[in-house]
Amino acid sequence: HLATSLPLPSERDHLRPRIDLIVFMIDIKSKYSLKNVEASLAHVDASFFLGKVCFLVTGVGRVNACSIETNAVCKLGEAYCSPVLFCELELEGIRVVTAQRLLRMLQICAGHIPGVSALSFVSLMRNSDDD
Amino acid sequence: MDETVAEYIRRTVLKIPRDEIKTMLQKWGFLSEAQLQTLNFRQIKDNISQEVVQLCEENSADIKQAAVLDIIYNHIYHNKRMWSVYQMKKSGEELEYFDITDFKKKFKGRLRSALKNVTITFKEYEDNAIWIRVAWGTPYKKPNQYKPSYVVYHSQTPYVFISSSVLKSNLPLLCQALIVASNYHDIREMELRSHSLNSLKDIVFKRYSQNFQTYSPKPLQGGNSEPESADIRIVQENRSEKERIHRLNEEVFGGGPQPKLEFAQYKLETMFKSDPKMGVLDKKEPFRCLVKFSSPHLLESLKSLAPAGMADAPLSPLLTCIPHKARNYFKIREKKGLFPESFVSP
Repeated sequence: HLATSLPLPSERDHLRPRIDLIVFMIDIKSKYSLKNVEASLAHVDASFFLGKVCFLVTGVGRVNACSIETNAVCKLGEAYCSPVLFCELELEGIRVVTAQRLLRMLQICAGHIPGVSALSFVSLMRNSDDD
Repeated sequence: MDETVAEYIRRTVLKIPRDEIKTMLQKWGFLSEAQLQTLNFRQIKDNISQEVVQLCEENSADIKQAAVLDIIYNHIYHNKRMWSVYQMKKSGEELEYFDITDFKKKFKGRLRSALKNVTITFKEYEDNAIWIRVAWGTPYKKPNQYKPSYVVYHSQTPYVFISSSVLKSNLPLLCQALIVASNYHDIREMELRSHSLNSLKDIVFKRYSQNFQTYSPKPLQGGNSEPESADIRIVQENRSEKERIHRLNEEVFGGGPQPKLEFAQYKLETMFKSDPKMGVLDKKEPFRCLVKFSSPHLLESLKSLAPAGMADAPLSPLLTCIPHKARNYFKIREKKGLFPESFVSP
């Protein structure tokens, strides 16, 4: 399901299946994109932040056009205990690889992989600096 | 053949892209088909232009013919110049038949009586456009052929498109000659400029797809206003919002391609509105500021702002009124009266 922001329009509530993974896409070229994501995060139920949320930063290939500091995004990821992925959608190879990664994460979040659950992501998030 | 004419022809040919030289020379019609056959268009442009000059020498070209070649070049490559639009006003409602010979005679007469050293060339095109090229000199110097002014006049309309030379002091004389020749009594510059002459024509002749404020029933939910993604597994959550934006955009911009403008400029003479406690600009003077939007295709980029999620729909009327008001230069002053909002001056 694609949405421009949260909360989702209520008129489609009855048509929606269970949500297993929320990927917040941040365009590194647009400060507005980051603001939008920050505003939408407030509408997400706390239970999602146990591994069912991920941040995807796009447009990183165009170094000259960055409007957001990667530091800011990483801090966001830390604050919400969620992984941050970087990718460049304009390059087909990276696009495909990123899609495969997300799909893998989705399989885990949906419980399709025995022995691994979304909670694993949270433990993988711990920085080596923390210890 | 005059040396200066030879050099001018040589430089004009050099401007033309190599693949276009033959067609342009054919359009010019000064060299015979037989002569054109002798030209080798596969060599470097330097050599092609030298050969063309030699042929022109055989035909004894003078500046008049060279000027026609220049008009042809500028007619095709009009996008290389900046055009301004002027509107002429008639004093009365007399409907006069337009006589091209009379127009040319009066135009030349008016210019020459003020300035002896001018080169004036006319060329008419099928769409009723009269192209005029004027090279300016001084009482003591021959005309500078490399800095001419171009005028495009559609005789059935009060509009004139001028691409003036950098020698701006001749502009009033040019305008005067135009009104005298065309039997109007006044001319004023519109606040509309662009490189694309055709787009300027589209705007003032209202040839672009306008939207008329007619009531149209809301499309059904299933109406395909937008191309759907090929994969039916992708669900758009905000479809109704997307459709609303698309509908508003269509209403404002119409369905067809937009005229091509490169910029819009807003000169603000409004009061600076700040937190009263900040005390910035205690003097109650208007805050002068210039806002300029530029783009390779301004109107198309404005049209794509809302669908791309970069602006809220509907867009500010200051932006969307550009083609309707036929202007892309605005002065915004404070509105005196009830509303503290700014208003656009004529």
